[in-house]
Amino acid sequence: MENSVNTNNHILELKDVSVSYTPGQYAVKDVSAIIKPNTVTAMMGPSGCGKTTLLRAINRMHELYPNIVTTGEILLQGENIFSMNAMKVRRMAGMVFQRPNPFPTMSIYDNVLAGYMLNNVGLKKHEKDEIVETSLRSVALWDEVKDSMTKKGSFLSGGQQQRLCIARALALKPELLLMDEPTSALDPISTNKVEELIFELKKDYTIVIVTHNMSQAARLSDNSMFMYLGELVEYGATKQMFTKPNDKRTEEYLTGVFS
Amino acid sequence: MKDKIFKTILLLASCLIILLTAGIVYGLVSKSIGAFSEFGFFGFINSSEWDAQKDLYGALPFITGTVLTSTLALIFCIPFSLSVALFNGEYFRNKKISTIVSAVVDLLAGIPSIVYGLWGFYTLRPIMINMGVNDQGFGVLLASIILAIMIIPYASSLSAEFIGMVPNDLKEAAYSLGATQLEVVTAVNLPVARSGIFASYVLAFGRALGETMAVTMLIGNTINIPAGLSDTGNTMASIIANQFGESSGLKLSSLMAIGLLLFLITAIINFVAKYIMKMMNK
Amino acid sequence: MRKGIRSTSKYRVAKSKIFFGIMCLFSALTMIPLFVILWELAKKGYKQFNLSLFTEVAPTSMEAMFARATGNLIPGGILNGITGTLLILSMAIVIAIPIGIMTGVYLAENQEKKLANFVRHLSDLLQGIPSIVIGVVVYIWVVIPMSSYSAVAGSVALSIMMLPMIIRSTEESLKMLPVTLKEAGLALGGSYSSVVMRILIPSAFSGLFTGSLLAISRVTGETAPLLVTALGAASVNWDATSPTSAISLLIWEFYNDPNLADLVWSSSLLLLLFVLGINLLAKSIAKKWKIQ
Repeated sequence: MENSVNTNNHILELKDVSVSYTPGQYAVKDVSAIIKPNTVTAMMGPSGCGKTTLLRAINRMHELYPNIVTTGEILLQGENIFSMNAMKVRRMAGMVFQRPNPFPTMSIYDNVLAGYMLNNVGLKKHEKDEIVETSLRSVALWDEVKDSMTKKGSFLSGGQQQRLCIARALALKPELLLMDEPTSALDPISTNKVEELIFELKKDYTIVIVTHNMSQAARLSDNSMFMYLGELVEYGATKQMFTKPNDKRTEEYLTGVFS
Repeated sequence: MKDKIFKTILLLASCLIILLTAGIVYGLVSKSIGAFSEFGFFGFINSSEWDAQKDLYGALPFITGTVLTSTLALIFCIPFSLSVALFNGEYFRNKKISTIVSAVVDLLAGIPSIVYGLWGFYTLRPIMINMGVNDQGFGVLLASIILAIMIIPYASSLSAEFIGMVPNDLKEAAYSLGATQLEVVTAVNLPVARSGIFASYVLAFGRALGETMAVTMLIGNTINIPAGLSDTGNTMASIIANQFGESSGLKLSSLMAIGLLLFLITAIINFVAKYIMKMMNK
Repeated sequence: MRKGIRSTSKYRVAKSKIFFGIMCLFSALTMIPLFVILWELAKKGYKQFNLSLFTEVAPTSMEAMFARATGNLIPGGILNGITGTLLILSMAIVIAIPIGIMTGVYLAENQEKKLANFVRHLSDLLQGIPSIVIGVVVYIWVVIPMSSYSAVAGSVALSIMMLPMIIRSTEESLKMLPVTLKEAGLALGGSYSSVVMRILIPSAFSGLFTGSLLAISRVTGETAPLLVTALGAASVNWDATSPTSAISLLIWEFYNDPNLADLVWSSSLLLLLFVLGINLLAKSIAKKWKIQ
């Protein structure tokens, strides 16, 4: 793990982040980490280890639920997200969910623009067309759907829907893309396509992806976090972690002693 | 900021429901105090005198009439609504024929009360006369029959849901012991769903208590405690509908008091039904 | 021993079959009233079910008596009832739907809160109140202060009856939406209000629409609460603060006047077709959207 990152060169910094669902019990405990731009960081760990909880802290998703308390600091481009407007944070950190969830009442076209519509941004027709096309091209969906823009998103296959949801997040040009097990509900072929896409997107975006598929983490990510019982056990270059883990628990997890 | 306003509006709408309920209770209580303080609460519900000349009012005939017609209606409706519930919830569950039957029975619930009243007046009443129930055909029996038809959909659709919720493995266990379909129904479906079925009949009973127009048109509107099925009478709802327009002073207050009593009875009935269902879900 | 079981089993199977037959018979009997009522209304009402039913106001008792004496059809129609029903109903819709939907959204969004629980109970309570009692209460709060029966009082009564159904259907259909829909909207940086208004409510629209239509069909035929609030009127009235007629009120009037009794069938037929039509429409919408 490199410690020589300067402040201008990292996009996300977690400082002692803790999340608790019930007072005194921590789902995530004192996690600190720095994430650099244009990398893919995988969050791994057994179910219930807090990886999804940590991811959802980054775009302040926990605020939807009154009982969840997040403490510590999360700096997005050097600015503490808790002193920013929550809506701005969420526009900067796009999120892709486990199950594809295109908005059922909207067409494919409107789904891509949903972020603008929800934020009451008025766009001209040619601006809209441009955003839709670039976003759909960047998820390699354009050629498949360009003739059925007015159809509902639910007509697409699961994999296409998930790519549509990624396009919806990308349309807002986020600084950071948070992905919560984005392929867990997809078949192997669609999974493959989404993985290829993530690899492509790395050029323009910083991605944090939660996965409990170790081979996916190995294939996709530059850096990996291993979490266990709410704690960040190990964080470093994926290659190194998979070949020579520092912590015994990481090793046990990677070799399948527990899962 | 915008979100705060939005959330406040949602909250205000909900508070309006509270205000509305409070307004209903307060309105009824404040207007019925006159009658209750004149006759006393128990005096009012215990007296069978209703005389505008003497300005004496008591609710007993109407309470009896309401309870009698609703209870009879409930009894009449059981064989039909239970059949429909078993038909839709067990024997033909998820079959095309059951969607037709339940749609038709649901439409029965959509027929306005006043149309039921007309039908009872012009079609069922002559039958009552022919059967020799009484000279005019009006009365408790006629009103109860119409009420029974009106509450069948309420009792059957909810019961069907509860009967349909009985787990398959229980039924399969009974079948594998060699039980016939009837034995499965009586030994598994009905006992397992019994509190749900009971609750749906309680709710249907609550419906019957408050039914106004059809009963008003059929019960005969006489002020007396009905002596039997063939006797005429009045219910709490029908006396209000009948005499409200021409009343003032103590009589109006007495009608309001009957309204309050009716409100309280239906509220308790509904609460009991909800409580049973809540216990079931646990 | 074995023989004993087999012989009883025949009897048991027969019993089961007989019960099945009885159940089917009673289920069939239950459906009869709907068809009989429709048939009777059609049979007795078709003669008066003509253009004048929709274009003329209700006749007076005298006019009807002369017509009957000369063997003619009773003149006039129920235009004042139709317009009154439309006026009262549309005002009731305007009152009940926004309040009902907002309350439903509140309940769905604050499921755990004590206040929400309380409001949910009250809404169930409102649902069970007999319509005549609601009418009487509206008489106290609206008719007495305005010192006049009025269309608006009728609308208030009907809207109170509609509210619980709209609240319930709004809450239920919002609760059926996957939670990720809301999260996805918020994750795109949408404000809470725009996520509710532009994603959640449109996604739950079919449920909301069906619930509202069923609520409308439930109150359209109501008579008792209108008797003590809108009262009735002999002519077409568009003034919301004056007494107003309604189809159901006219049926009541015709029923009570032997001279007008012939009109009762055509107007009941119209009311029934209208109510059942809305009812069927609501259900077909619910069915069609569910498949999607």
